[in-house]
Amino acid sequence: MQIRPKQWFQSFFLTELLRGMQLTGRYFFGRKFTVQYPEERTPQSPRFRGLHALRRYENGEERCISCKLCEAVCPALAITIRGEERADGTRRTTVYDIDLSKCIFCGLCEESCPVDSIVESRVLDYHAETRSELLYNKDRLLANGDRLERQLAEDRAADRPYR
Amino acid sequence: MPEINNFTMNFGPQHPSAHGVLRLVLELDGEVIERADPHIGLLHRATEKLAEHKTYLQNLPYMDRLDYVSMMCNEHAYCRAVEKLLGVEIPIRAQYIRTMFDEITRILNHLLWLGAYALDVGAMSVFLYCFREREDLMDVYEAVSGARMHAAYYRPGGVYRDLPERMPQYEPSPYRDARRLAELNANRQGSVLDFIEDFTRRFPGYVDEYETLLTDNRIWKQRTVGIGVVSPERAIALGFTGPMLRASGVAWDLRRSEPYAAYADLDFDIPVGKEGDCYDRYLVRVAEMRQSNRIIAQCVDWLRRNPGPVIVDDYKIAPPPRETMKTSMEALIHHFKLFTEGMAVPPGEVYAAVEAPKGEFGIYMVSDGANKPYRMKIRAPGFPHLAAMDEMARGHMIADVVAILATMDIVFGEIDR
Repeated sequence: MQIRPKQWFQSFFLTELLRGMQLTGRYFFGRKFTVQYPEERTPQSPRFRGLHALRRYENGEERCISCKLCEAVCPALAITIRGEERADGTRRTTVYDIDLSKCIFCGLCEESCPVDSIVESRVLDYHAETRSELLYNKDRLLANGDRLERQLAEDRAADRPYR
Repeated sequence: MPEINNFTMNFGPQHPSAHGVLRLVLELDGEVIERADPHIGLLHRATEKLAEHKTYLQNLPYMDRLDYVSMMCNEHAYCRAVEKLLGVEIPIRAQYIRTMFDEITRILNHLLWLGAYALDVGAMSVFLYCFREREDLMDVYEAVSGARMHAAYYRPGGVYRDLPERMPQYEPSPYRDARRLAELNANRQGSVLDFIEDFTRRFPGYVDEYETLLTDNRIWKQRTVGIGVVSPERAIALGFTGPMLRASGVAWDLRRSEPYAAYADLDFDIPVGKEGDCYDRYLVRVAEMRQSNRIIAQCVDWLRRNPGPVIVDDYKIAPPPRETMKTSMEALIHHFKLFTEGMAVPPGEVYAAVEAPKGEFGIYMVSDGANKPYRMKIRAPGFPHLAAMDEMARGHMIADVVAILATMDIVFGEIDR
C-alpha cells in the first residue's frame, strides 16, 4: 500500500476530530439559544390552534347558534351539542361538550363555524389531573372565551384577510 | 465440550433506539446476527378503515399522523389522490406552496433522521444542532397552519390559507435585554417568505457544520462504512424507494421521473450513492438537504413574484371565502353542505404518490361516488425497508443492528398506520 504523506498526517494527528471539537467548542463558549420556557416562550402565530373557547358578542350574548356544523365536521367526534329554541325565539345550545382527550386539534371546528363562536386559542399549557377534567362543557368553554377574548379578537382580525 | 446454542434476544419495543415501537427478535451466534425478525403492529390505529367512515375533508388530519415527521408530504399524496379522482386542476400558486412545504418537510425529516442517527451511533452534539434548525422550520409550519407538527394545511383543491404577511416574533422576557431580543427578531421582521429566504441563506452553512462533525470522522466511518450493504438489483427487488434506493446507485426519484406539483419547472439534482452502505445513505440524505434548500429558494422567489388564489374556485370542493359566506345565501348553503356532507367524488380508482422524504408515499383510493372513500390503501415507504431488515443485518454485529435500523429512517406511524 502506498503511503500518502497528507493522509498519514491527517490520520495520525486526528485532524478531523480536532476540527469537530473546535466546532463544538465554539458553540460551547458561544451565546446560548435556549428558550427559558415558562417565563419565556417561542413565538406564536395568530393561527395557533390550542385550547378551545366559545366566544360572545360585545353585548354579552353568546355567539353559538347551535347549527352543529362543528359537531358534524369533527373528525374525532369530540364535540357533542344539544340545542333548543330559547324564550326569545333564538336558537341556542343547552349542551356543548368538547372531549379534549379525543380532540386532535385539526382546527376544522373553527374553520366550519359560521359565527366565529368556537375558536382555538393560543393556550397550550392547560392540564388536568383526571380524565373528567378534560371534558370541557359549555360553561368552561365560555369562561375560556371571556378570559381570552381580547387576544382571540386580535388573532381573528389578523387572520381575516386570509380566510 | 459444552453444547453451544444460538441466543434469541428481544430488541424493543421499549428500546430507546428502536425508533418507536419496533420489536425485533434477534437470533444471535455470540455477537453475530443470525436472523433478525421485525414484529410490527404495536402502533396500529386502523387509519385505512377509519378513512372509510369519514368524509374526504375529515380524513385529511389523519394523514399528518401517519408519518409524523414528514406531515405535509403525506397530506400531499392524499390531496393528489382526491384531486385526481375529482379531475380538478389546482391553482399554480398552490402548487408552488405545496412544493415549498414538501421540501421544508424533507429538510425537517432529514434533520431529525440525522440527529437521531448520530445519537444512535454515539454522537450527541449533532442532535442538538439539528433540532436548532428544526425549530426555525417548525416556526414556519406554525406560522402558516397554526400547528408545529400536525399541520392539516393542504386541502383537496389547494391549501387552506395563503402565506401570512407577518412572521410571529419573540416577546420580551426577563432573560433577554432589548438588544438581544432585536437580534433574535432580526429575521422575523418581514413576511414568512422573508424568513424562509433568510433560512435558505443560512442553512448551507449549518449543513457544513454537520458534515464537519461527521463526514470525515473516523468513529462515524467505522460505524457506517460497509454496514448494511444493498446492491442496486436487490434494492429494486426489495421494493426500496427514496434515499435507500438512491444510495444503492439507482437514480429513481418521483420528482424527476413523474413530476408533480411544480417540480417540472424547478432546477435540482438527484444525489446518488455508490456502495449502498449506511455511509452512502448518510451522504445521500445530506446532499438531499442541500438540494431541498435550493428548491425552497426557487419557490420563495417564484411565490414572491406571483400572487394569486391558493385554492380552487369551485364551491363544491372548497368552501367559499368567509366574507362571501356571511353575505351570500348560496355561499352559506355551500359552506354548510361542504362541512356536513362533504364533497361528492366521482366513482373510480386512483393511485397517487409523492416522493416523501423516506421514499414513495402513495395513496390508492377507490371511490363509489359517495362522500367517503370506499377503500383507501396507504403505501408506506418504511414498510419494505423494514422488511429488508433481516437481509441487511445478517452477518453483522449486534451493535450494527442499531446503525442499520436508524439508517432506514423508520417511523412507526406509517408502517403500522
